[in-house]
Amino acid sequence: MKPAAFDYVAPATVTAALEALARSEDGRVLAGGQSLTPMLNLRLAMPSLLVDLGGIDELRRVAGDGERQIIGAMVTHAALEDGLHDFADRGMLASVAAGVAYRAVRNRGTIGGSLAHADPAADWPSALLALGAAVTVAGPGGARESGLGDFLLGAFTTALQPGEILSAIALPKLSSSARWGYYKICRKAGEFPDAIGAVVIDPPRGVRRIVMGALDGPPMLLAGLGADASPAEIAAAVAAAAPDLDPVDHRLHAVAVRRALAQATTP
Amino acid sequence: MPMSHDRGGKTGIGARLRRKEDARFLAGKGNYVSDIQMPGLQDVAFLRSPLAHGRIRGVVKPQGAERSVFAAADLAGVKPIQAISGIPGFKPSDYPPLAAGKVRYVGEAVAMCLAHDRAAAEDLAQAVTLDLEELPPVVDMHAAKRSDAALLHEAWGDNLFLTTVTGDAAKIEAAKASAPVVVKREYRMARQCMSPLEGKGVLAYWDDRHGQLVVVTSTQVPHIIRTGLAECLGIEQRQLRIIAPDVGGGFGYKCVLQPEEVCVAWLAMTRRHPVRWIEDRREHLVAGANARQHHYLVTAYADARGRLLGLDAEVTVDVGAYSVWPFTACLEAAQAGGNLPGPYVLPAYRCKTYSVATNKPPFVPYRGVARPGVCFAMELTIDAVARAVGREPHEIRAENLVPASAMPYNNVTNKHFDSGDYPKSLAMAVERIDLPAIRARQTRGEADGRRIGVGFATYTEQSAHGTKVFAQWGIPLVPGFEQATVRLTPDGGLEVRVGTQSIGQGLETTLAQVASEMLGIDPAIINVVHGDTALTPYSTGAYASRSMVMAGGAVSRASGVLAQRIARIAAHLMQCKPEETRLAGGRVHGPQSDVAMAEIAKVWYLRPEQLPDDVDPGGLEATVGFKPKVDTGAFSYASHAAVVAVDPETGLVEILDYVIVDDCGTAVNPMIVEGQVYGGAAQGIGTALYEEAAYDAAGQPLASTLADYLLPGTMEVPHLRMEHMETPSPYTEHGIKGVGEGGAIAPPGALVNAINDALAPLGVEIADTPASPRRILAAIIAAEQKAAAE
Repeated sequence: MKPAAFDYVAPATVTAALEALARSEDGRVLAGGQSLTPMLNLRLAMPSLLVDLGGIDELRRVAGDGERQIIGAMVTHAALEDGLHDFADRGMLASVAAGVAYRAVRNRGTIGGSLAHADPAADWPSALLALGAAVTVAGPGGARESGLGDFLLGAFTTALQPGEILSAIALPKLSSSARWGYYKICRKAGEFPDAIGAVVIDPPRGVRRIVMGALDGPPMLLAGLGADASPAEIAAAVAAAAPDLDPVDHRLHAVAVRRALAQATTP
Repeated sequence: MPMSHDRGGKTGIGARLRRKEDARFLAGKGNYVSDIQMPGLQDVAFLRSPLAHGRIRGVVKPQGAERSVFAAADLAGVKPIQAISGIPGFKPSDYPPLAAGKVRYVGEAVAMCLAHDRAAAEDLAQAVTLDLEELPPVVDMHAAKRSDAALLHEAWGDNLFLTTVTGDAAKIEAAKASAPVVVKREYRMARQCMSPLEGKGVLAYWDDRHGQLVVVTSTQVPHIIRTGLAECLGIEQRQLRIIAPDVGGGFGYKCVLQPEEVCVAWLAMTRRHPVRWIEDRREHLVAGANARQHHYLVTAYADARGRLLGLDAEVTVDVGAYSVWPFTACLEAAQAGGNLPGPYVLPAYRCKTYSVATNKPPFVPYRGVARPGVCFAMELTIDAVARAVGREPHEIRAENLVPASAMPYNNVTNKHFDSGDYPKSLAMAVERIDLPAIRARQTRGEADGRRIGVGFATYTEQSAHGTKVFAQWGIPLVPGFEQATVRLTPDGGLEVRVGTQSIGQGLETTLAQVASEMLGIDPAIINVVHGDTALTPYSTGAYASRSMVMAGGAVSRASGVLAQRIARIAAHLMQCKPEETRLAGGRVHGPQSDVAMAEIAKVWYLRPEQLPDDVDPGGLEATVGFKPKVDTGAFSYASHAAVVAVDPETGLVEILDYVIVDDCGTAVNPMIVEGQVYGGAAQGIGTALYEEAAYDAAGQPLASTLADYLLPGTMEVPHLRMEHMETPSPYTEHGIKGVGEGGAIAPPGALVNAINDALAPLGVEIADTPASPRRILAAIIAAEQKAAAE
């Protein structure tokens, strides 16, 4: 399990990283390396060039942007878990981050890397979809922004084009009365879950986002569900949104959504 | 010679001495195969079969690398591994170190690629083209038995290594005719990977000075690897030296001759150049899925109170493609058939076993060898009988266990239980787990909607079974006397040399404790030397929970001989009689004075003019062999009790409490015994709840990384509450019994019984391992649908 030979660069700026990518046919971006490195070792990925973003300070910044907060793509799960930055998120980011894999993974793994990898069972795609996040993509022609729902196209598939880098995540600030829930069903501590429920309810902003994740594809918003949905209504909504789930998976997803919703609505 | 020793002291048998070897392990200074550096060392990567079953039409080597890539045809003079069971009807298989003619499982080594480092060797492997003609895969062990199944070994005419029938049909028919209670069940245990922290690894080089091929390998059995390798390579054993350095876990995975050992040894021998191969985790999970997969059909006959009248069983073992040396493809089924009755009195028994060849990695005996499977089948059957007669499972257990008053006891399969009080271990487990409190809690129900259940399992662990047993099993290699050498160094320290192998079980400490017990020497100045055929007496190695009984016994005997010689010299120096001396605290004490061990050693080695005229010229070194006077095995046993909470909405199981009451005879080091039992129990929890090497219909492994092959971690292994009983074996030195395997045997039975206790009100009974959330939830949904339909 040794990777095939590749070239390696560690630029100091996003611009330099984009230039390096532009010079390579099949270059890959290395963020925290917690998914890509095993894939390299298994030779499931054999890029001729790795562009390591680890030395780019601007990607580790967290900033405010009026109603939104901007999180650099290279902010680690551990930094979020440890509360190194203040967010108007009612504690959701830190709580979700604390449940990502194991601490060793969290020390290196990044929020942007996780989104760009787009593993359906990862935490951030579901949690950030519930939060209503958008992503900023830097490319040769400049930066563009898209909603997370439009960015996540499928399992391990995103709207990132060759030569582009996911540079930041933008989150709306939650109001002080917002509630959230996050529930995942894992076979053992730290493993990828079989089902995720993620809920954000923010009445002053008129937001009620109920997400089911860890599907075959990207996480889905269950738009029609009310905050007071009954178990039967949740089960029906899950079945309508993902009709191909087998009975076990259907039940797991319904339970995850129900328990996340309960967290967000139980006083 | 009557002498008294430092019995019960701080350093001898029974002391909770800290492990000597941990000083280096905890400091990261262990020395494993992959730690060894040599000038010019090259790496091997194996190209492995991507197909479960196929005919090899060609292995096309990359241009320019013809001399660095080796296929079966290149291994001139190498014989296939042949492990032939002496049991009548056994069909032998040739296990070629590199696939020859056909590939028979995904992961089978097809070509060996040599380069300056592993990455470059993998580059080479990737550049080799395999031309394979796909053949129908034989994946399911039951389908493999059908007459229209594809054949792994065409000459056989079927896919059965061996079919055996044991027991008494007339007695079973009588039980069937008279039994008011009949319980029929079907059980499955999943295939597993043993997952030692250190995988396999082998490094070989030619030593011109000794004219020897030196093979450094991660093995439990260095001496027999020498025997087996010499046979495969066609060289003499004197030309081979096997070194086993620190070995990071064995569990049985490293108790057989590995095809990679043959390949790497051949390469070093022919190239006269140091080479190595280090197994990686993916290779382990793909090519090493070689354990545990059993299927049971069990019919139990019982009276109205649940006393067993008979057991009729059919056991099928999915042994994979080849027969492994030396334990063969049939040890597992032989163990299953012989051990299924467990610790119970069984008036009638019949068992048919099938050892089925499939397109999977060849079966290797894993910690517990068949007993986790038979214990699972038997203990679930006991609970099923209890439910059928409406009684507490532990009562049924207690009434069927062999009572202490019957010891020693020959059971229905002629196992000779040497000693113990099985019902007492169960009674203690019932008390410690506090059964009434659990029953009360179940009545109250849980606020979070989970369901609580309690389960028990009792088993015996036949340990250190020797000559007679292995000869009966038809294994090509039968263990006999175990020898140990003890030698006083000129400054009064002690060297102990044994041919068995420490693979993490603490032998460097426990063997020192045995010597300390006999000689009164501090274990801190006792070196236990092992892991090198050039330095140690022959041994068949570390397996079958035998090292402490056999090597411990040999060290004891050899130390006894040495003690006599020491006493003789000391008596002369002190001018007293040898029988007046006593060895303790590193000194020999006489009636008037004492003399240091170092002084005695100095006299023997450096000042022989002071020796008595009739001194034993054997000196301060002795090699003595040992075999228990009854060598059919010292039977350890234990009762496990588990409390679980099952979430019926997700199928997730949490272990709330776990009690082990264990009796391994005299515990040489109770702390190490506990470590052995904890580690075994963790693996048993893996079997019960997590580990599964699944295959698709094409024979492709579905769990080729640790993301899919789930091992229990720190969060999944609960605090295990352990209690010791201590019934010395009447047949072994110091009453020691083996304990290496036992912990792994009971958890599947105890935990699944607990799950079934929790889910019984829902009409759910799990009969497969692992009892994964998916299996549990599917069973709950099926029960709901059944209830809705009724």
